[in-house]
Amino acid sequence: MAGLTYEKALEQFDPVFGIEVHVELNTATKMFCGCANQFGAEPNTQVCPVCLGLPGSMPVVNEKAVESAIRLGLSLGCSIRDSSRFARKNYFYPDVSKNYQISQYDEPTCFEGSLDVVLDDGEVVTVGIERAHMEEDAGKNTHVGGTGGIQGASHSLVDYNRGGVPLVEIVTHPIQGTGERVAEVARAYVATIRDIVKALDISDGRMEQGSVRADVNLSLRPKAAAGEDQAAVPFGKRSETKNVNSLRAIERAIHHEVVRQAELLLAGEPVVQETRHWHEDTGSTTPGRSKEQAEDYRYFPEPDLLPVEPSRDWVEELRGTIPEHPAKMRARLKDAWGFSDTDMRDAINADALDLIAASVEAGAKPQAARKWWMGELARTANDRGVTLRDLAVTPAHIAELQSLIDEGKINDKLARQALEGVLAGEGSPSEVVSSRGLEVVSDDSALEAAVDEALASQPDVLAKIQDGKVQAAGAIVGAVMKATRGQADAGRVREIILQRAGVEG
Amino acid sequence: MTDWTRASAADMAAAMQRGEVSSVELTQAHLDRIAGVDGDVHAFLHIDAEGALATARAVDEARANGEDLPALAGVPIAVKDVLVTEGLPTTAGSRILEGWIPPYDGTVTRKLREARMPILGKTNMDEFAMGSSTEHSGYGATHNPWDLDRIPGGSGGGSAAALAAFEAPLAIGSDTGGSIRQPASVTATVGVKPTYGGVSRYGAIALASSLDQLGPCARTVLDTALLHEVMGGHDDMDATSLDEPVPAVVDAARDGARRDLSGVRVGVIKELSGAEGGFQDGVKQRFDEALEHLRAMGAEIVEVSCPSFEYALAAYYVILPSEASSNLAKFDSVRFGMRVEKGNVERTMAATRAEGFGDEVKRRIILGTYALSAGYYDAYYGSAQKVRTLVQRDFDAAFAEVDVLVSPTTPTTPFKLGERVDDPMAMYLNDIATIPANLAGIPGMSLPAGTAPEDGLPVGFQILAPAREDARLYRVGAALEAALVDEWGGALTAQAPELEVK
Repeated sequence: MAGLTYEKALEQFDPVFGIEVHVELNTATKMFCGCANQFGAEPNTQVCPVCLGLPGSMPVVNEKAVESAIRLGLSLGCSIRDSSRFARKNYFYPDVSKNYQISQYDEPTCFEGSLDVVLDDGEVVTVGIERAHMEEDAGKNTHVGGTGGIQGASHSLVDYNRGGVPLVEIVTHPIQGTGERVAEVARAYVATIRDIVKALDISDGRMEQGSVRADVNLSLRPKAAAGEDQAAVPFGKRSETKNVNSLRAIERAIHHEVVRQAELLLAGEPVVQETRHWHEDTGSTTPGRSKEQAEDYRYFPEPDLLPVEPSRDWVEELRGTIPEHPAKMRARLKDAWGFSDTDMRDAINADALDLIAASVEAGAKPQAARKWWMGELARTANDRGVTLRDLAVTPAHIAELQSLIDEGKINDKLARQALEGVLAGEGSPSEVVSSRGLEVVSDDSALEAAVDEALASQPDVLAKIQDGKVQAAGAIVGAVMKATRGQADAGRVREIILQRAGVEG
Repeated sequence: MTDWTRASAADMAAAMQRGEVSSVELTQAHLDRIAGVDGDVHAFLHIDAEGALATARAVDEARANGEDLPALAGVPIAVKDVLVTEGLPTTAGSRILEGWIPPYDGTVTRKLREARMPILGKTNMDEFAMGSSTEHSGYGATHNPWDLDRIPGGSGGGSAAALAAFEAPLAIGSDTGGSIRQPASVTATVGVKPTYGGVSRYGAIALASSLDQLGPCARTVLDTALLHEVMGGHDDMDATSLDEPVPAVVDAARDGARRDLSGVRVGVIKELSGAEGGFQDGVKQRFDEALEHLRAMGAEIVEVSCPSFEYALAAYYVILPSEASSNLAKFDSVRFGMRVEKGNVERTMAATRAEGFGDEVKRRIILGTYALSAGYYDAYYGSAQKVRTLVQRDFDAAFAEVDVLVSPTTPTTPFKLGERVDDPMAMYLNDIATIPANLAGIPGMSLPAGTAPEDGLPVGFQILAPAREDARLYRVGAALEAALVDEWGGALTAQAPELEVK
């Protein structure tokens, strides 16, 4: 069976998948206590009796987290329950300080929604959302010794800083009918969730820091024979691949699981229903602890917390704060800006869309804004190994820079120098232009003198121009630009040269 | 020379204000008393003489400087070991927490410190408050000062015995199914379980979160009310805390002491009045006499029926173990407390819990784990919650007819240590009259009704009121107390045999 490809596998099998996305909320404090919710602090410095689960401590719900969860639910088209409860999910694990996780079980706050996912070619797939519920994150185990896994480790260290960080878990219904586009749809779904949480400003959406994490469930079933209804074919056994934490990894993990399961099925072997670990380095999955069958979480309503009962008025008020669906917003901007598919995709991939939008908002022409953010600035950010947002330049700067060009006060070359100054923290583009003396020489008499001087020193060039070889004027333009240290308007210089040579431009 | 340990907290506070006694003198008198009798009584697990005296000295200095002080400033208090106290060992009666020093104060602890009350120490209890006799303490049983061979009640036997033995004038208790009221009953002291949410649970080591409530314990109704007002009130750290002021229980107690109950309707719970068996004759007799006192003070006595109470004990023993099995999961050796190293973390957790927990705790963890398991949840936990609703409805219906409900607090006077320790059902039945209040979240009080003629041991009288109406307990309780003390010619505790001071 070796050598089975993803495409071949999907010629014979129909994939069904589902995704659980965990979104870490960017609230100032944790889900049930007042500790700071911040990534990257020294281990066990953002902890208190509550998130350490010390005897006697009690949780109190973070209202901001409830607000974020409801806004996310509304963005996913979910209904919001008038009264929903937290529940305890009981299991022993050292990173769960109380040995139960406070989650939601039979009464999630947000339920039954749907999300349109737009693929690269514009095809729209509607994903059914089963629920979006609140819960607390666990701490982080670091296994010391061995290979870094729990097996073979000499001991493990637990950092409870992440323990109690607010999460929203979004669970899809099984997604069917995606065929060979299954990996693409999965990726686009998670990308859309990430875009939504960023647009809502409820999470930093940084997959590389684990603030958006995905578990991917996938099963294969035989393709229906011609004329038969695929939906009538029962689902196969599924695997659940845990912690797939980048968009690319989601595609790769689905590719891997499709091929792995297809190989098993073609060999007449069963697919085991289990959780699997994703390995970024090899692009493969391995079985996790076979706990799925044995684990009984003994959920029951959390007696330390009252039900969450958002008023109808509040929910409607929050509905008013929901931003446009990212795909719809993009389609609208693409039209308004006159961008090509490529322009748009590049801008999205560079995470520059909102910067361009803000620059346009500040008065820049869309193409000009795109040129600056995707060109000069993207290169600079790349060279420095930072993001565009880390640069000391704002959309307002870009709009200002472009207007200086459009008014003829500077040319492109001077604009780049001005931008350099802005990036170096020398102030706004106008300030840099004036402090560095970058304004173009627009005084014709100064330019005429420089042209005359250049023509006098290169009489052969003047002769060529007068002979009709107008392109020879370039050498004189170059000399003038050099003499004016680039501060001349090259177009005007050319006009003056042709005038002086008595040739019409 | 006055023996200040016999005085009420109210009298101690007044005497300090008049300059007749200092807090250091009061505190030292109680520490001396503890040193003299606690070897026999074993009410305390930990004594903090140094800390108590330091607080006392600070109060005396403040008073000397003319500072305004809280009402009970300088009055010493004993704290049940279920409540975390920063810097003082807190074990909840369990070996698994031996040596743990909490890094924080519970809300009630903080309030005691703000009230400037010297904390004498931590009192004994059944492990994690599971029991009715303190025999399930990981540190040995407490003995009833009325008869050292008998149980002081539980789980708060330590706090009740400390009061009855004059080792403290006030104590903190916690009541999940009667752990304040039943010990009060068998030691002839007063104890109140406030309305659920009336006192913050933050810092009280949880047994069953939906039933637990901290409350005041004392030797008089007024003292209990004074402590209730110190402890109560809304707390942002407890999501189940009521967002309203503490009921005016001190005023109610003072009002009740005038012995006028005209217009008060008192309901005798038919199912708990002793008519249906299991109640000792002397208990029924003292209960009936107490009713006569209430009638004499103008109260109208009627009988009411609460038919669902029949199922209350069964529901309680599903809900409590279920919540406890989860609440006690955190005792795993990873972050605090005992650790029995066994190779890997799972085996270490298991070995620690096997060694650190006693049999009753294990019994209830197993019960609760079973009741919550997939496939059993609806039959057990689900059904128990339905019974809980029925019990609440019985109370609602009853309180539509009457202002307070009454019953004996316990079916019998205190039994002998060891008598029921191997018979969980017999032990559980002791709480039959106290459990319904916890299931419904309503407040309840136990106060002394006298001693049973057949054995000379204390009988408790229970008063229950609707949620948030804690003040009614104090009005009726203070009236009854005044009538009875008049009849007895002094507090019932004065009739207890003198303990040998060593």
